[in-house]
Amino acid sequence: MNPVILRTAATFMLPLLILFSVFLLFQGHNEPGGGFVGGLMAAAAVALYAIAFDVPEARRLLRVDPQLLVAWGVLLAAGSGVPALIAGEPLLTGQWFNREIPVFGEVHLGTPLVFDAGVYLAVAGVALLIVLTMMEE
Amino acid sequence: MLLAVFSGFALAMLAPWLPRLAGRMTGWAVAVFPASLAAYFASWLPAIGDGMAPRESYVWAAELGLRLSFRLDGLSLLMALLITGIGALVAVYAGGYLAGHRRLGLFFAYLLVFMSAMLGLVLADNVLCLFVFWELTTISSFLLIGFEHEREAARSAALMSLLVTAFGGLALLAGLLLLGHMAGTSEISDLLTRRDLAGDRLFVPALVLVLLGAFTKSAQFPFHFWLPAAMQAPTPVSAYLHSATMVKAGVYLLARFQPLFAGHEIWHGAVTGVGAATMVYAAFLAYQSSDLKQILANATVCVLGTLTMLIGIGTDQAIGAAMAVLLAHALYKGALFLVAGAVDHATGERDVDRLGGLWRKMPVTALAAGLAALAMAGLIPTFAFIAKEGFYEATQHAEVAAWLLTAASVLANVCLVAVAGLVWIKPFAGRPSDAVRAAHEAPLSLWLGPLVLASGGLGLGFYAKILGERLLGPTAAAVAGRPIELELALWHGVNRTLILSAATVAAGIVLYGAQRWLRQVERVQAVVARFGFAQAYHRLLAGLNVLARWQTRVLQNGYLRLYVTMIVLTTVGLVWVTLAKELPNLKWPSSWDLKFHEVVLAGLILASALLAVVSRSRLGAIVGLGVVGYGVAAIYVLFGAPDLAMTQFVVETLTVILLVLAFLRLPRFRPRSPRGARLRDAAVSAATGGTITLLLLFATGQRSEGAASRFYADHSLSGGHGRNIVNVILVDFRALDTLGEITVLGIAGVGVYALLRLRLGIVPQMPGGARQPIADMPEQSFREMERRGSSVTVAGEPHPAGPTPAAPQSRQEDPP
Repeated sequence: MNPVILRTAATFMLPLLILFSVFLLFQGHNEPGGGFVGGLMAAAAVALYAIAFDVPEARRLLRVDPQLLVAWGVLLAAGSGVPALIAGEPLLTGQWFNREIPVFGEVHLGTPLVFDAGVYLAVAGVALLIVLTMMEE
Repeated sequence: MLLAVFSGFALAMLAPWLPRLAGRMTGWAVAVFPASLAAYFASWLPAIGDGMAPRESYVWAAELGLRLSFRLDGLSLLMALLITGIGALVAVYAGGYLAGHRRLGLFFAYLLVFMSAMLGLVLADNVLCLFVFWELTTISSFLLIGFEHEREAARSAALMSLLVTAFGGLALLAGLLLLGHMAGTSEISDLLTRRDLAGDRLFVPALVLVLLGAFTKSAQFPFHFWLPAAMQAPTPVSAYLHSATMVKAGVYLLARFQPLFAGHEIWHGAVTGVGAATMVYAAFLAYQSSDLKQILANATVCVLGTLTMLIGIGTDQAIGAAMAVLLAHALYKGALFLVAGAVDHATGERDVDRLGGLWRKMPVTALAAGLAALAMAGLIPTFAFIAKEGFYEATQHAEVAAWLLTAASVLANVCLVAVAGLVWIKPFAGRPSDAVRAAHEAPLSLWLGPLVLASGGLGLGFYAKILGERLLGPTAAAVAGRPIELELALWHGVNRTLILSAATVAAGIVLYGAQRWLRQVERVQAVVARFGFAQAYHRLLAGLNVLARWQTRVLQNGYLRLYVTMIVLTTVGLVWVTLAKELPNLKWPSSWDLKFHEVVLAGLILASALLAVVSRSRLGAIVGLGVVGYGVAAIYVLFGAPDLAMTQFVVETLTVILLVLAFLRLPRFRPRSPRGARLRDAAVSAATGGTITLLLLFATGQRSEGAASRFYADHSLSGGHGRNIVNVILVDFRALDTLGEITVLGIAGVGVYALLRLRLGIVPQMPGGARQPIADMPEQSFREMERRGSSVTVAGEPHPAGPTPAAPQSRQEDPP
């Protein structure tokens, strides 16, 4: 079986969906979105690609083992709590760095974003871990 | 002091790479660290001798009363000197003993962790801080006993010591918390001044719990059995942890809390009684052993009993004697253990009945062993002689049962004299036996430690007076909590104590000579193996395993539906505990302000839920569930929760993908369970649904603008820099919860992954690159996994109610 339409669509959809999932992650702080739904979206995108092609192709595209994504995600989330400790505040207290950057205007960057990125990776990792393994079966 | 304690932990992290750098000199390189610490602590000697007690305190977790407080008084200083001084010698020794071992670096890492933890323990001036270091010594001891983890015996001995001492450690934690609670302070130096606590009704429980901690750690009867078993550790570890330092932690604890507990009759009775019983029983066992390390281990338990007993007696004399015995014992027993290791190293034999004439082959080792054995026998002019004199003095002047305690002490010491003969005359004197033909003198690193320790034990005898004034006096004063004058001298003139000493030696020689008749190693060991406390421990563990297997069989039987039923019913039950009380107050929502499209949506959800239940095809059921999910997501959209809706949509989509994947693998769909099972399922579902509906109505009726939601709305932008309240709660206000959730999610994901791989029969890749075929896995656990695995993928399959899994046509399944 060679689902040409699905494959062509998936090739174009994948980068868009991943981009959208990252967009969800970033806008999550002020608009609907966030790391959790972003991660799921990313996993769904890769799963779509794996359905259109096959699992080895999807793994090649992914480059990293989903298990590593989970580990890095949890580590990143936990690590985002450390700056607060250094600042002498309780673990995971948000630390913010506000900068005026030309073109973008005022940018708020903070450890909660890093934390949310950790959630994103962990959720995407777990979902992919299960979906890809089941597909291989 | 903080630096002294924590630099060791830092060094331990580097230790694994040390053998690559230092090669054969690793032991010497490591020894530099404890040696310099010993010099540091020695520099405190004059100040402590003058009665100073410097103290440092740092905040760790103030809310818990946890501070990193350290205090250096006489007792701490004596222990710290032993830990670092003997630590340096043992490090040199271990470098030679384990030369070329491929995990040498790891060994030193464990050893350094232990040493730092032990230092922290004796310096700690905060109960929680003390407990943390206490448990660290337990864990490092576990790792060191099980160092040669390829051997089953080493693993089981390590586990035994861990279980026994960690049990005591937990009791200790409870005891310390009770004390802290009663006194309102966690600082030990404050706590010890609170003599008024004795009237509190929690005082006796705290006392008993602290005693449990001390007795397990110091291998007191009936917890003594773990120490001889711990001889599975490499010999340097036995010398260091299980003779000179860690096992003294229990004694240290008793000594440390002596000012608080002294005067309470339970304290004196239990400590003295248990100590005396341990002393006599272990002395007997030492005489009835033949393995060099077993003899020494039992003799160590005997001395630990002596120390405990002396602290229990609690007079000035007794405490002074306890400190002298502690020092003397650390020196000679450390030396003897190291000698035992050297003999083992040279001959490969540790049975004293098969060794003989070693002094010709290993003269230096024999000299060290001889000096140490003299000390063990308590002969003049060793320091141990002075210690024993003080010990006899103390028992004779005990306030209660002086006669009995003295008799017990003499009995134990008679055994020790005979045991000293066993450990020196048997292996070293006489003609060389077959076992020692090929032996040759040990290298410098192996005889340096024992020789230094043994000659220290001899030399200190001549400096007893100054030692008593400058070190042991302040030590005893720190224990008793009052000034103690300690007069130590080699010669007190001929008095009753000296006569007792002479009689002890004479009787010991007789006992040694009579071993043909009195020493029945095999018989005694057989009786101990059959009826001893170690056997009771093994029974207990076996019983625990039986219980665990039974409850696993009942609760974790591999059927998903049982798990779901249990979880759901527990939740419902717990909800009703509260709901039943509040039911009369239940307010129905005041108005049912429904719009047309909402009614349609609710109807759609209900109808599709019904379809999922009654559908005669699997596809129908899945579609029904899917519509329920999307319908709920639509409700979220309608009621202003776009975050939830979006997440729900994506989750539903992924679920559909998963179900499609699982679709072909599932066994034939069997839509009709037996009638009984259907009724039961219907009852569970109705109870759950009804309860949740009631709960929601109740919550809606009670709803007011809650303080919590207002707090989040107000602080989301100012405190969390975000306008999406849900997200700010998730990643900022309640980030710790989220962290816990993704951790659980990750673990669950890896678990599902492992089960799926097992079901696929994919060969796991071992870390070393070696492939372990599935067939090598224990059959039992594999079957178990297989069954669990099937229950994950066959989640939707309605089984008949019986215990046998339905045998599906599509694949073969093991009969249970």
